[in-house]
Amino acid sequence: MIEALQQRVNDDAGLVRRGRYLTTTFLLEVGPTAWLISIFEGRIVSVTRGPFVMPSSAFALRAPEAEWAKFWSRRPPPGSHDVMALIKRRVLKAEGDLQIFMANLRYFKEVLAKLRAAGAVA
Amino acid sequence: MSATFEPIVGRYMHLDLFGRPHRIYVEQAGEGTPLLCLHTAGSDGRQYRGLMNDARVTRNHRVIAFDMPWHGKSSPPSGWHDEEYQLTSAQYTSMILAISAVLELDHPILIGCSIGGRIALHLALEHPESFRAIIGLQAGAHVDPYYDLNFLHRPDVHGGEVCGAIVSGLVGPDAPDSERWETLWHYMQGGPGVFKGDLYFYKLDGDIRGRVAEIDTSRCPLFLLSGEYDYSCTPEETLSVANSIAGCEVTIMKGLGHFPMSENPGEFLKHLLPVLEKIGRS
Repeated sequence: MIEALQQRVNDDAGLVRRGRYLTTTFLLEVGPTAWLISIFEGRIVSVTRGPFVMPSSAFALRAPEAEWAKFWSRRPPPGSHDVMALIKRRVLKAEGDLQIFMANLRYFKEVLAKLRAAGAVA
Repeated sequence: MSATFEPIVGRYMHLDLFGRPHRIYVEQAGEGTPLLCLHTAGSDGRQYRGLMNDARVTRNHRVIAFDMPWHGKSSPPSGWHDEEYQLTSAQYTSMILAISAVLELDHPILIGCSIGGRIALHLALEHPESFRAIIGLQAGAHVDPYYDLNFLHRPDVHGGEVCGAIVSGLVGPDAPDSERWETLWHYMQGGPGVFKGDLYFYKLDGDIRGRVAEIDTSRCPLFLLSGEYDYSCTPEETLSVANSIAGCEVTIMKGLGHFPMSENPGEFLKHLLPVLEKIGRS
């Protein structure tokens, strides 16, 4: 499912345009499974599934599988509908160089929402 | 070619606040019982455009919204360029009372959202005699910081972009796109450090947990309305405040978020109009 991110993001011209000054790699952890996601000028160039020996990333977003499942549902319940809501409930840990995450917060929120079931609100 | 005009009229007024001259933008629509509106942190009075443009409200109410100093079309005071803006409970209270007085509002209904909902609790406690009724939207007694507020004001993060993005998830899922993005646009337009300075009141200085139970609703009726999808002031936090105050009326608004009057005025008015009718009957 996470692999679908690459095409869904790259097919969205507006989203790619908003990320045009962003080149980075971040780590997404869905429970025990880790993914390295590399972005070049707003386009996702690779989505690689772990486990990794020495993953190198600017920052990491880590949450239990059940929390991501609610977040990616078609109509997420209150408290599961936004990454900041997950952070406030202390179920999502954002760690690393968060300047990159915060400077591109709309971009990252919209990238993560691309994994929602079809028809969901971004 | 033709244009339509809204009934909203705006003016600038000059008055002293906290011992300094200020230029404050205030707009209004309608006639009748004054309804004084307080916007959220980092935004401005445009959030109340839905109320001011709805005849069901304006035929019985004079709806007034001012932009706080540093916000919207109100200026920061002279000398601002060398200061750090931080809103305090004392400043916020005196500003509201001063503006109500210079506009000669006779016991207005006060409606405030988020920081406006918090100061509404302060006013219900300390100045109940000044208001006909108080309506707190997204009103909680306290919010713990849940992100590093310094990201809201630093040169390597665009302030407008981050303020809009920080609050985007606070809009409920059913908000019409046009109102959702209008609401976020106001955040993107805020001056550097202003949203952060407002949150000094919201997350630090304005904590009223220890005193909220002392509010006496027999002196001034208190209504709390909160959106279901607000994770900044959650429904649980509003219910906790309401349950600690005898006579406080509370409504949790399904599908709405942190900016009910701005993100989805049509749905919000379904909840607000009965409250205004009740206040009108009393």
